[in-house]
Amino acid sequence: MDMEASKKKLGLKERYNHLTRGLGWETTYQPMEKVFPYTRYEGIKIHDWDKWEDPFRLTMDAYWKYQGEKEKKLYAIIDAFAQNNGHLGVSDARYINTLKLFIQGVSPLEYMAHRGFAHVGRQFDGVSARIACQMQSVDELRHAQTQMHTVSNYNKYYNGMHSWRHWHDRVWYLSVPKSFFDDAMSAGPFEFVVAISFAFEYVLTNLLFVPFMSGAAYNGDMATVTFGFSAQSDESRHMTLGLEIIKFILEQDPGNVPIVQRWLDKWFWRGYKVLTLVSMMMDYMLPKKVMSWKEAWEIYGEQNGGALFNDLARYGIRKPKGWEQASIEKDHLSHQAWSTFYNYGAAALFHTWTPTDGEKDWLSAKYPDTFDKLYRPRFEHWEQQAKEGKRFYNGTLPMLCTTCQIPMFFTEPTDPTKICYRESDYKGDKYHFCSDHCKDIFDYEPEKYVQSWLPVHQIYQGNCFNPGVDPTVPGFDPLRAVLDYYHTNFGRDNFDFEGSEDQKNFARWHGDDAGGA
Amino acid sequence: MSKVFIAFQANEDSRPVIEAILEDNPDAVSTTSPAMVKIDCKDRLVIRRESIESRIGRSFDLQEIQLNLITLTGHLDEDDDQLTLSWKR
Repeated sequence: MDMEASKKKLGLKERYNHLTRGLGWETTYQPMEKVFPYTRYEGIKIHDWDKWEDPFRLTMDAYWKYQGEKEKKLYAIIDAFAQNNGHLGVSDARYINTLKLFIQGVSPLEYMAHRGFAHVGRQFDGVSARIACQMQSVDELRHAQTQMHTVSNYNKYYNGMHSWRHWHDRVWYLSVPKSFFDDAMSAGPFEFVVAISFAFEYVLTNLLFVPFMSGAAYNGDMATVTFGFSAQSDESRHMTLGLEIIKFILEQDPGNVPIVQRWLDKWFWRGYKVLTLVSMMMDYMLPKKVMSWKEAWEIYGEQNGGALFNDLARYGIRKPKGWEQASIEKDHLSHQAWSTFYNYGAAALFHTWTPTDGEKDWLSAKYPDTFDKLYRPRFEHWEQQAKEGKRFYNGTLPMLCTTCQIPMFFTEPTDPTKICYRESDYKGDKYHFCSDHCKDIFDYEPEKYVQSWLPVHQIYQGNCFNPGVDPTVPGFDPLRAVLDYYHTNFGRDNFDFEGSEDQKNFARWHGDDAGGA
Repeated sequence: MSKVFIAFQANEDSRPVIEAILEDNPDAVSTTSPAMVKIDCKDRLVIRRESIESRIGRSFDLQEIQLNLITLTGHLDEDDDQLTLSWKR
């Protein structure tokens, strides 16, 4: 007999319960621990998977409906952007270098997130956890694709975007974001979700997507702000889930607390180090600026993170170990990072420059304690050298931190005139670190980090030249050989913005044949 | 005292949602940046379906706000009638 149709539509909570509680079962042909073999070895104890709940209570029908609407909105704008030469509407051709860094460094991580969540979306024992991770996996694939589609319109006109996937696995500064995600992907499923859903999505992504995307809007980049905020509408869900995940794990067993605390110490610091790139995008690479890195850190790091960790204190969770140091460094981070890229501008696949006088004044106002004293003289010196036709390019290679893989340019927390060096000995080899926290991460899992693919080491070992290249021939230029291996269009993708093809074309397309300043 | 916040894309779809939030939460403060509006509120913020519906003159599914949502913070609880963000549980 037919079932009687219910009179009233099911409510949100009932629909979600049917999806996440009704469709799972305890396996009998094989024991559960064989079907879900990865969820026990990390030491996390889960007693009741049904306590995991997506606070948005998103069901599949709603998910496809809303995601479809987001895509329609986004692609209408991407089409309009392409049809109307939107790339010429940005504030200044220097702006486009933020997009190069984005497609080189961030978009490949979206794809890795897609893979990572597909993996844990299979491996968690609980149905609601699996569904949440599968939805996030599809979201992340959408982010990678929409970013590629958006940036492809810029790639038709500007340099530095043509081989980003090839670069991501090879180029020295891209090993920073790459190694971050590889570290998470090669951890267990619980560490992965704590690392990505909580430490990165909840605590840190606001710093990348919110002020930076608002900055994209301010700089006239209609396409990027649209993919950014379209992605961010998914991130809101991911962040909410990140907080839910942490509460779920902490509430399941008191033995989980110290494990989670250690992961928070590690992943806060790992994520914060990746954001070094974002700090210089905000302070130096956006021609029209919305807020400084320091202000963004105060709002989204200190205030919001502070509220969060106050709340988690009831579980016995404290702020991550690197918290105070990150706050000390907010006055220095972007300046030290941009100085380093300016140095290595011959080997970077985007353009670098010294800030204009107006930009230097903005930096003085935003960083009254540090910019004029420590960083302005450095940029003025380089500016003077460039005027004399001696634009400084550092031709040597920097020592890298074994953990975060960033060149060792960070200064001591207590002395901004002294570079911070730390080291550990392991099985007869010496390993170098940029900070106490990166050293701690290595010391806890040395067998993992001794396998790090450090670009500078690899170059010196001769592993970053094209096949058949002979480094022993007279006049061999190792930098040039490495850039060939990277598939760089030498002289077009790299060097100073001043005099670059991008600068000349942008001026020409605006009817200014003089071609830049 | 902790603050919760929520941010939306600055567009016509978000306008009635933002108006409803500001009316229903007397402590809420909105800040406009390029392309976005961020609303901060002490401890707790509520978004009520009825308040939005009374502005737009049609029925509204609270999950529609996800289309224009940029970010939020705090513990979230959502049912058919309201969405609450809070730091106190």
